[in-house]
Amino acid sequence: MVHDTQRMQSLAERMAEDEVAGRSLWADARRRFFSNKAAVIGLALLAFVAAFALFGGQFAQWSNEELDYNVMGVVAQEGGPSLANGHYFGVDELGRDLFARTVQGTQVSLLVGLVGALVAVVVGTIYGATAGYVGGRVDAAMMRAVDVLMAIPYMFVLILILVMYGRSMIALFVGLGLISWLEMSRIVRGQTLSLKNREFIEAARATGVSGVTIIRRHIVPNLLGVIAVYATLLVPLMILTESFISFLGLGVQEPLTSLGALISQGASTMAYGTIWQLAFPLLFFCLTLFGFFFVGDGLRDALDPKDR
Amino acid sequence: MLSYSLKRLAIAVPTLLILIVVSFVLMHAAPGGPFTSERELPPEVLANLNAKYGLDQPLWRQIVTYVWGILTEFDFGPSFVYKDRTVNEIIAQGFPVTLTYGILSFLVAVAVGVTLGVVAAIRQNSLLDYLAVGVSIGAQVLPNFVMAPILVLVFTLWLGWLPGGGWQGGQWQYVILPVIALSTSFMASIARITRSSMLETLNLNHIRTARAKGLPERRVILHHALKPAMLPVISYLGPAFVGMITGSVVVDVYFSTGGIGKAFVDSALNRDYAVMMGVTILMGALTILFNLVVDILYGWIDPKIRY
Amino acid sequence: MPLLEIENLNITFDTGDGTVHAVNDLSLALDRGETLGIVGESGSGKSQTAFAILGLLARNGRATGSIRFDGDEILNAPARTLNRIRAERIAIIFQDPMTSLNPYMRISDQMVEVLTLHQGMGRRAAEAEAVRMLDAVRIPSARERIRLYPHEFSGGMRQRVMIAMSLLCRPDLLIADEPTTALDVTVQAQIMALLQELQGEFGMATMLITHDLGVVAGFCERVTVMYGGRVMERAPTDPLFERPTHPYTRGLLNAVPRLDRADEAMAAIPGNPPNMARPPRGCPFRPRCAFAGEDCAEMPPLSQAGPARQRACHRTAEEVAA
Repeated sequence: MVHDTQRMQSLAERMAEDEVAGRSLWADARRRFFSNKAAVIGLALLAFVAAFALFGGQFAQWSNEELDYNVMGVVAQEGGPSLANGHYFGVDELGRDLFARTVQGTQVSLLVGLVGALVAVVVGTIYGATAGYVGGRVDAAMMRAVDVLMAIPYMFVLILILVMYGRSMIALFVGLGLISWLEMSRIVRGQTLSLKNREFIEAARATGVSGVTIIRRHIVPNLLGVIAVYATLLVPLMILTESFISFLGLGVQEPLTSLGALISQGASTMAYGTIWQLAFPLLFFCLTLFGFFFVGDGLRDALDPKDR
Repeated sequence: MLSYSLKRLAIAVPTLLILIVVSFVLMHAAPGGPFTSERELPPEVLANLNAKYGLDQPLWRQIVTYVWGILTEFDFGPSFVYKDRTVNEIIAQGFPVTLTYGILSFLVAVAVGVTLGVVAAIRQNSLLDYLAVGVSIGAQVLPNFVMAPILVLVFTLWLGWLPGGGWQGGQWQYVILPVIALSTSFMASIARITRSSMLETLNLNHIRTARAKGLPERRVILHHALKPAMLPVISYLGPAFVGMITGSVVVDVYFSTGGIGKAFVDSALNRDYAVMMGVTILMGALTILFNLVVDILYGWIDPKIRY
Repeated sequence: MPLLEIENLNITFDTGDGTVHAVNDLSLALDRGETLGIVGESGSGKSQTAFAILGLLARNGRATGSIRFDGDEILNAPARTLNRIRAERIAIIFQDPMTSLNPYMRISDQMVEVLTLHQGMGRRAAEAEAVRMLDAVRIPSARERIRLYPHEFSGGMRQRVMIAMSLLCRPDLLIADEPTTALDVTVQAQIMALLQELQGEFGMATMLITHDLGVVAGFCERVTVMYGGRVMERAPTDPLFERPTHPYTRGLLNAVPRLDRADEAMAAIPGNPPNMARPPRGCPFRPRCAFAGEDCAEMPPLSQAGPARQRACHRTAEEVAA
């Protein structure tokens, strides 16, 4: 649950240097991105995981809720991965098809990750850009509030929210959204501050363009690189957070499932020799995270080429 | 230095108060009270319960009473579920366990991570460097809740070397797996941060000066490069601490170590708001305290920000 | 035997853009107590030469050839050998006093470690000596200020500290790498005056590296002019200033503002220093040279041109100096 603050800082500085982040910057970045092996592998992993989540269901021989009475009770002996009975990934301890369950879990985890990151981007950008643009006491107060919120062990508060408001997807999105925008707003604010005093912004202000328009037309486009990188790195963090909560049995509730919930179930039954119940969800969990981390790192390196 | 520390303290105290108030308000804004359950209670019983726990009082009064209790007597009030137990008792039972393996994990993560990172940086592009980088990338996707089952699978189920759970008063066999599970991902992050920061530091001008003074490489690294290279690591210690506190919940649940995390999850499942809040506030206070220490440490290393 | 003798020094760097040739076939010698100026624009290889002497090249740098100090070969010598020479016998002052001192250590600690390491002094004696040296470089109330951190000094004061630190072991050779470039003009003059005075007092040989011929004029006995990693011309200072015989030296001299010749327009050399990853064929100065011809596609040899004077140019000295 970490990202390299220093490197984000360096990227932010670089993105602030260029005037309206030009076409050539992005073209260069694309070239560098595709010549970076890890990034390309990451992209391939993400494509694979996304295809699995979207179309995997069509290949499943069983639905995710159907119980296979043939293997029930003898899951450890008969429930393993098999092409013959159509359980490619085996069955879970209740006799449900693990392939279909893993597809569903991957869908939920990706959704949680994307929505969490989206909330962070929207709220964090608006908050950070406002604070940075308005400046002065408002900025100081807004950022102090962020400092205070960041000093709180959010996982406990998140669980508190989930328990009090019901363990629904909505509560999860709200809870994740509430915590994920903090770091984003800091980055955006710093970026806005350094952009604010650039000539082209001052020129816009001098010609009477309104504050909102300046933020929308001039500041936000220049923030895109930083936001894109940070959002990409935030998705896996959201997935990690959700999986953590699901692992504790406090996340999404049956019949819904997520990769974290599947890992939790697999971990609790592996002593009976049903290792596949842990292995497959874990595999997709790791592939997803690696994919996002590699793509995020690759994006950052592509936008901020620096020898390290 | 003193005024700098006091300034940091001046931020820490209100933060803690805000945390208390926020969790308190969250709890009271929740739909249904703490005694809402599947079984509908008769209204007069509910009224009695509310009166007993002071929930019939106006909100501000409840907050003041609650905060006052914590500040003056370190009293988090009674449990809402276990009629005869206070939150303090529940916390006091699990906290020493959590503290023991938490501190151990923290020390392991910092000591191993920093050593690995420094060595990798000095021997850049060596086999050891590649190994360190590989491990730290791999460990990004191995958070505690993934490490824990894998460790048990390998060391308990396959090799049979170590017990897969329990505490037994902290005998070493029972401590090893929880500590590894909790520290691995942080160790990897610290190694990665140390490595890149050390590489950057070694290119700084003042390191060239130190070399030009004829200092042995060992002294250049330990006396001149280590301090500045540690600054990003120290900034990371705060988040790492929060991560470990959070991760301790998984350890307690998965390894049945009997720490405070288990009490937290049980209370979450039972909707025992009093215990949840108590644990949250305690963990928050620890975090804030730790961040204070980190800030002061940072100021101690970097003379430029002491004022 | 010269104190320092460099022969056929080549320095290359492996970069993503290919191999950069920073220094090509450089030879020079320096006697005890002598002052030598090395002049050239940035990228001429002068600083890298200094780093090579002390074994301070960046990781991707390779040096070949020979550097002998007091008769011993020190180029690419093991760290153990170099560490006995660094600071003790050859000291260096760097360009940027803002970043060259360790910002996390008190001045006292940074100075004391030199003396305890090289001279085996105790802490107390070393600190007393450090204070004496700070006095010598005119740092007011040195006894108190030695406890401060670098950021509590101004740029000029920091460079004084740097100089004091470099002289602690009374080295035989002091390399000053652009010692005044990062400083204000008024401070520059003070630092150069101080260096000159200390050179007279301690008598060490000094290699002054600079892009500013004006700085060299009052300080050095001899000057070597470098461009694109090669020696263009070398001569005793006065003859060089009176009659530059290389187009590049001439260009450099014309670029120095002079009060004594108000009639002559000050002129910058047109164009930019070469990209050393893809240097021009032959003489590196060819693309910017007013005298260049077809034959300059081949590097002219460094040949004798009068007493103690050498130049590398296909044109005759008379043609250029006219």
